[in-house]
Amino acid sequence: MVAVPSDAALDATNDTPSLAQRIWTPIRRNPTIFAGAVLLTILVSLAVFAPWLSVDPLKQNTINRLRPPSEKFWFGTDQFGRDNFARTLHGARVSLVVGITVAAISAVLGLALGILCGYFRRLDAVVMRVMDGIMAIPSILLAIALITLTRPGLFIVVVAIVIPEVPRVVRVVRAVVLSIRAQPYIESAIAGGTRGLKLMVRHILPNTLAPLIVQATYICAAAMLIEAGLSFLGAGVPLEIPSWGNIIAQGRSFFLRAPWCIFIPGAFLALTVLAVNLLGDGLRDRLDPRLARRM
Amino acid sequence: MSDAPSLEVRNLVKHFPIHSGLLQRRTGAVKAVDGVSFAIRRGETLGLVGESGCGKSTVGKTVLKLIEPTSGQILLDGEDVTHLSPGRMWHHRRRIQTVFQDPYSSMNPRLKVGTIVGEPLENFGIASGRDKDERVAKLLERVGMRPDAMNRFTHEFSGGQRQRLGIAKALAVNPDVIVADEPVSALDVSVQAQVLNLLIDLQDEYKLAYLFISHDLAVMRHISHRIAVMYLGRIVELTDKRTLFSMPMHPYTEALLSAAPVPDPSKKKARRIIVQGDVPSPAKPPPGCHFHTRCPYALPKCKVEVPPLIEVAQGHHVACLRRPVGASPEPLTPTA
Repeated sequence: MVAVPSDAALDATNDTPSLAQRIWTPIRRNPTIFAGAVLLTILVSLAVFAPWLSVDPLKQNTINRLRPPSEKFWFGTDQFGRDNFARTLHGARVSLVVGITVAAISAVLGLALGILCGYFRRLDAVVMRVMDGIMAIPSILLAIALITLTRPGLFIVVVAIVIPEVPRVVRVVRAVVLSIRAQPYIESAIAGGTRGLKLMVRHILPNTLAPLIVQATYICAAAMLIEAGLSFLGAGVPLEIPSWGNIIAQGRSFFLRAPWCIFIPGAFLALTVLAVNLLGDGLRDRLDPRLARRM
Repeated sequence: MSDAPSLEVRNLVKHFPIHSGLLQRRTGAVKAVDGVSFAIRRGETLGLVGESGCGKSTVGKTVLKLIEPTSGQILLDGEDVTHLSPGRMWHHRRRIQTVFQDPYSSMNPRLKVGTIVGEPLENFGIASGRDKDERVAKLLERVGMRPDAMNRFTHEFSGGQRQRLGIAKALAVNPDVIVADEPVSALDVSVQAQVLNLLIDLQDEYKLAYLFISHDLAVMRHISHRIAVMYLGRIVELTDKRTLFSMPMHPYTEALLSAAPVPDPSKKKARRIIVQGDVPSPAKPPPGCHFHTRCPYALPKCKVEVPPLIEVAQGHHVACLRRPVGASPEPLTPTA
C-alpha cells in the first residue's frame, strides 16, 4: 500500500477562499445575472414597500398641481396634484404582479402542454395547430377584445396576456422534449420498463427546466410591456389602480408642461424590462450545459 | 420453461420511409433491415456482425420494440410480441433487456446510480424502498462495483464502470434475453476483456441468451457461440463460430475475415480479398444479391436473383447462389 493523504489533509492544502473572493468570484463570472438581479431586487423592494415609502397615490391636492420634482414631491405631481413618486412606486406593483403572474401561469401551462405534445405525437398535431392559430392573433388586439367583453381588472389583463404567450412556451418545451426523446437514456429507460408519467416527470421534465426558466423571464418582460400598452390605451387596469401605462396616458395631455409625468414612469418601465431581460440572458448563458461547464 | 428459443425473429423487415418534396410525400424507404431470421436458445450468444450501416443496430432496437418493425415476427419464448402496443409490450419487457453502446449518453446524467439501476425493479413492482436498495447493492457487487456507488452520479465513473452499471440495470429484472448493442466498442481493450468476461460469467450463471451486436471480429470470437454476418440489411451467413472463422462460405464473410487485423502479420493467410467500391446506399440497394456489385465471384444471375439463406451444411446457413446445398467450402474461383 502506498500512503495516501487523508481527505482532511487534502482539504487543508487547498486555500480556503476569503470572504471577498467568495462574493466577488460569482459576480465576475456572471455580471449579467448579477446586474439584473440587483436591479430587480431594488425594484421589487420599492414595489413591496411602496405604502410605507410614499403617500397615498390617489390623494388629490389641487393646490399643488403639475409641480416639478422638488424636495417635497420627488417625482413631481400630476394634473390632480397627486404625488408622482407614490404613483410610480404603486405602478411598479401592477407591472411586477402582471409580469410574474403571467410568466408563472404561461410557464406551467406551456410546460404541461409542451411535454404532452412532445410525448404523444397525435395530440401534438392537434395542439400545435391550435397554438399556431393563437400565435397568429396580435396579442394586444386579443387583449383589447377580451377586456371590452368583460369588466376591466387585473385578473382579466393577466388572462388576456397569458393566452398569446402560452404557445411560445409550448413551442420551446416541445422542441426540447423532442430532442430529449432521441437520447439513448430515454430508450434505456423505456427498455427498463419506465413509462407514462414517470418517464415524463423523472427523465424528460428536469431537462426542460433550463430553457423554460429563460423563456419565462422573457415572457415576464413582454407581459409588463403589454400591460403598460393596454393601460395606456385604456384597456388595462382601471384608473383607480395606478399603473405605469395609465400614468403615462394621463400625463400625455400635459406632456410639454409636465414631462416628468411621462418620463419617470417610462424610465421605470424600461429599467424593469431591462433588469428582467438581463437576468434572462444571464440565466440562458449559465444554464446552457455547453456554456455552463466553462463557468 | 418451454423448448421454444428465448428469442426468435422471423423474416424481420424494417424500412424507414423517406419523405421529400413540398407535400412531404413518401418517395422511398431506407431498407435498414430486409428480411432477417434467427433464433437464440437459452444460454447462447448469437453474434451479429457487419460493417457500419448494415442494419445490425436496427435489428437490436426492433427486437426490443423501441422501434416498430415493418413486417416479420418477433417471438419471446415462443410468444409473438411483434404487434403489441407499447402498453401491452410493457408486460414483456422484463424478459428482454439491453446494454447500450454508449455508456455516457445511455444514462440520465441527473439521476443517481441507485435510481438508474433500481428503476426497473420499481417499474415492475419487484422491490421498492430499502428492499430495492439491498437488491441494487447486490447487483452492483455482482458486476464488480462497490455498493456505495449507488449514491453517486454516473459522471463520476469511467466508461468501463458505467458499462458495468448498465449491465447491472439490465440484470435487475432477471431477463431471459439481453440485447447487447456494441457494449464494449466505446471501451479500451483491457477494459473490453473485463466487461466481456463479466458478460460470459453472467450468462453461465443465469442462462442468459445474448444477441450480441458488434463490428469487432475479435470480440465476436471471444463471446459468441454462433455468428450471423449482415450485409445491407440481410444476413448473408449464419453458423457456429469455429466454422465461420475456419471455413467461411460467403464471399462477403471471406472478405470481412481477411480484412480483420491479425496479431502476427507474418502469419497472415496468403489469400487476401479486397473488395472494391463502397457499400451501396440502403435507400437504393442493388437488385438481386446485395453484394454482387462488389463480389469478385459474381455471376450474371447474381444481379437478378435474390439468394435465399439456405442450410448448405449442418447448421451452416449461407445466402449465395454459388454455394448450393451440399457445396464444398473450397474457395471459389473469381469471375472475370
